Amino acid sequence: MKETRGKIYGVAGPTVMVKGMTGAIMNTVCLVGRHGLLGEIIRIKDDMATLQVYEDTVGISVGEDVISYGDPLSETLGPGLLAGLFDGIQRPLDKIRVAAGGFLTRGVKVEALDIDRIWDFTPVRKKGDTVSPGDILGTIEETERITHRVMVPPGLGGVIKEIKSGKVSGAEYICMLEKGQFIELYQEWPVRRPRPFKAKLPPEEPFITGQRVFDTLLPVAEGGTAIVPGGFGTGKTVVEQTIAKFSRSDIVVYVGCGERGNEMSEILSDFPKLKDPTSGLPLSLRTVIVVNTSNMPVAAREASIFTGITIAEYFRDMGYSVAMLADSISRWAEALREISSRLEEMPGEEGFPPYLATQLGMFYERSGKVMCLGSEERTGSVTVISAVSPPGGDFSEPVTQASLRFAGTLWALDPDLAYRRHFPAVNWLASFSLFQAELDDWFGREVAEDMVRLRNRLYSLLQRQTELKDIIQIIGVEALQESDRLTLEAANLATEAFLKQSAFSEIDAFNTYEKQYWMLKAIFAYLESAGEALERGVFIETILESPVKWKLARMKDEPNEGFSTKARALIGEVVSEFSMLEEK
Amino acid sequence: MSLDLIKRQYRTLATISGPLIFVDRMTRGSLGEMCVVDLPEGEQRTGQILQLMGERAVIQVLEGTSGIDSDESSVLPTGETARVGVSMDLFGRVLNGFGEPIDGLPPIVPDEYKDINGLPMNPAAREKPDFFVQTGISAIDGLNTLVRGQKLPIFSGAGLPAKELALQIVRQARVAEAEEFAVILGAMGITSRESFFFRRSLEEAGALERTIAFINQVNDPTIERLFTPRIALTVAEYLAFERGFHVMVVLTDMTSYCESLREIGSAREEIPGRRSYPGYMYTDLATLYERAGRLKGGKGSVTLMPILTMPDDDITHPIPDLTGYITEGQIVLSRALHRKGIYPPIDVLPCLSRLMNLGIGKGKTRDGHRTIADQLYSAYARGIDVRRLVTIVGEEGLSDLDRRYLAFSDDFERRFVGQGWEDRSIDDTLDLGLELLKAVPEREAVARRR
Repeated sequence: MKETRGKIYGVAGPTVMVKGMTGAIMNTVCLVGRHGLLGEIIRIKDDMATLQVYEDTVGISVGEDVISYGDPLSETLGPGLLAGLFDGIQRPLDKIRVAAGGFLTRGVKVEALDIDRIWDFTPVRKKGDTVSPGDILGTIEETERITHRVMVPPGLGGVIKEIKSGKVSGAEYICMLEKGQFIELYQEWPVRRPRPFKAKLPPEEPFITGQRVFDTLLPVAEGGTAIVPGGFGTGKTVVEQTIAKFSRSDIVVYVGCGERGNEMSEILSDFPKLKDPTSGLPLSLRTVIVVNTSNMPVAAREASIFTGITIAEYFRDMGYSVAMLADSISRWAEALREISSRLEEMPGEEGFPPYLATQLGMFYERSGKVMCLGSEERTGSVTVISAVSPPGGDFSEPVTQASLRFAGTLWALDPDLAYRRHFPAVNWLASFSLFQAELDDWFGREVAEDMVRLRNRLYSLLQRQTELKDIIQIIGVEALQESDRLTLEAANLATEAFLKQSAFSEIDAFNTYEKQYWMLKAIFAYLESAGEALERGVFIETILESPVKWKLARMKDEPNEGFSTKARALIGEVVSEFSMLEEK
Repeated sequence: MSLDLIKRQYRTLATISGPLIFVDRMTRGSLGEMCVVDLPEGEQRTGQILQLMGERAVIQVLEGTSGIDSDESSVLPTGETARVGVSMDLFGRVLNGFGEPIDGLPPIVPDEYKDINGLPMNPAAREKPDFFVQTGISAIDGLNTLVRGQKLPIFSGAGLPAKELALQIVRQARVAEAEEFAVILGAMGITSRESFFFRRSLEEAGALERTIAFINQVNDPTIERLFTPRIALTVAEYLAFERGFHVMVVLTDMTSYCESLREIGSAREEIPGRRSYPGYMYTDLATLYERAGRLKGGKGSVTLMPILTMPDDDITHPIPDLTGYITEGQIVLSRALHRKGIYPPIDVLPCLSRLMNLGIGKGKTRDGHRTIADQLYSAYARGIDVRRLVTIVGEEGLSDLDRRYLAFSDDFERRFVGQGWEDRSIDDTLDLGLELLKAVPEREAVARRR
């Protein structure tokens, strides 16, 4: 690689200008100044290169040395990522803690993955086999939960001359090809370049979150993208964490981008204790955490989402379904804006650089369900769920608007719901899912034939609720028609019993599709039976006071297992209760 | 120090603008370095290097640039970043916003000097905050519980009693926290009247010997305000993580701080962000607020309570907005409640404590705390809806049930929130909550449980 040396000319916030960098390559990394801080070239003008520096620039002087070896900002991929905790440029934070104590000092050099750690490698290929990029050479039980599939890196391939078996470490090669190329346990990959795959596949299965309002009303497809915008306190982080805990994905990559340290400490202390709903093993065994809190260097915050999605793609390539959770994409955009303004670029809307949407698009488009590289048939997916923090909760701002263009699903959070502690505080009428049509087949096939119809009925019921509430504002509830009062009652029941869900209750936190379906059945059984009673001439007051409503309101406390039996019994009770009510 | 030999004074001031001076051919000096600025009449001022571009340095002068000339004034880089001397002798002292004593007592001999910018805490080294702090305020303890290591701001409006509330919390938390409790006050741009109030109240609370006050008054230099919270937090970190204290830091008023930030930004001709505040204000505020926390294996904690005034009571203004995005919740004061004579005038609906769940429940407050809080919230929110409805359809249009919720919300505001100066234990708070809930239909309350 090409080596370039220069001298620092100027320092402004996280950016450093370097003179004498003729021949330097865009987006390659440099070592900056006497502390050897890591920086990346983001602009070249004549012999002046501008760098964003991934560590605090305080104390840097004009005239200090800068050296570039011409490598792009890359990360190390291989076993040891899971259960790991990294900063925005993949430095392992627990190892830094051992080396430097409780606070992040500058210039600490620690390898991302432990190169000396011994792994047990089981080859699935043998000497003489011909392999191509993406082919699985062998496996390592990385954690009890996840088998790490060691793949031929993109760009390599040929006939195997030697392949190891048993104990291996990152320091040595695991496979030698006849052309004399070595394949190592760890591979380097530039974070800003998407990893290759054979083909993208259309979305046809939902990404299961276990949250009723998402799975039933506003589904996101596996390999799709969802954005969660909301003002502060509307519960974005709780949504992200709930999905990290309960979603049915194999791997979770959680990126805490410019957010709170205490929240991360909560995740770090809870995930090793919480059980993954699929396997019953600790959640941390399927999770990789990338964290660059708001007070950590801003340039590393910018890099963090790319670091995260590269890890997600790496596991996708092994054939896993990966959930990539970014909290929050707005902090990333702000980092971009901060650096752009130091470069004195012409600002776009709200001071964000004009290339904001392009860069965002490049990130979101790295999601998807793909046919993985390699001669074996396997699919993998990266589903991106990203929180957006619009200033003042105003969705017209550039980051929300740009994200909306790329997102398949919008879960719009509403402060009004959050204030009344209705969580997830998703405004069901303001949100949308573009995947609905694509997923309807799956719903009909895998959940129930009438699932789509029930969902559509729920939509109309909720729409009617809003209208009726508007009317009440003018004429009062007593003036409503009796049938409307019943509709309103059923809609309120659906809101309370179905849409509201506690992320902190053991039973309620994750619902299977089966349970969601039967809950809807029960709610509409109530509406129908009560409607019949009303037709028959029963007083509306008698109907509204029927205690069976409270049983419906509490059905969320019943576990997933055996729910359909209980729901059938409950529906029977609802029907007989209303048929027994006496007419006026 | 060998550095002294190569120290050089620069007489090359090119531009003087607002609080900034631009010095040419400044070959020494690093970003963030402190400088001594010598004025013609022998006065010395303090400067800090903000930016280096070629051989031109941009320096902010703490005491302002009035009286500086481009001819004779000179700049001497000190080779050091901004630091503050820390010591246990700081207890009971009153200092200015830059850490110099203003109480007429002798100077402090520091044990050591610390960089005021501190270092970000390694997320891997953070301890999860889960220790309940009893503030004695029902709206906080019961509904928006504070825990050690949390950053919980008070969003106030002009003329609302935020400072009174902050001091009541400090006074009552002191009792609950007992021995290892310390209070640090970082005041930015406060009036002399407020300054008197703080000192007198702390004295009355008997908290002065456990208090360190850094006071930058409204007539003190603007730039000093950028240093005040950093100095306060550096001392807090020292007491918490090296001396094992549970430190409560009150920063007031963050609005003044942000205005200073904006002033510097515009003097540097930076591209302004929303309402002309700098685009990096989120990051800048985060470097303050994120210094709250607990350290694994450490004994102490830094709990942060910033106070800010929402301009025109607008919660979407950049200052409360960015603060709310960084802090772990917020306590919001309401002008409407204040007018009704309710103290503390806490509007619980927009309030939040993100760490509440960690600090409550069995063994911490009481089993069922969450349920009581949720029911109170839900019933109060419904009561407020009904209140809005009344203004349109009148009481006659209400159902019986609605009337009960209306009565509940009035009771709730008057008795639960409006506790006055009483120091209420968590048990009393929760009992009162349960008692109030009796007024709304029990079956509904059960349904609301989840």
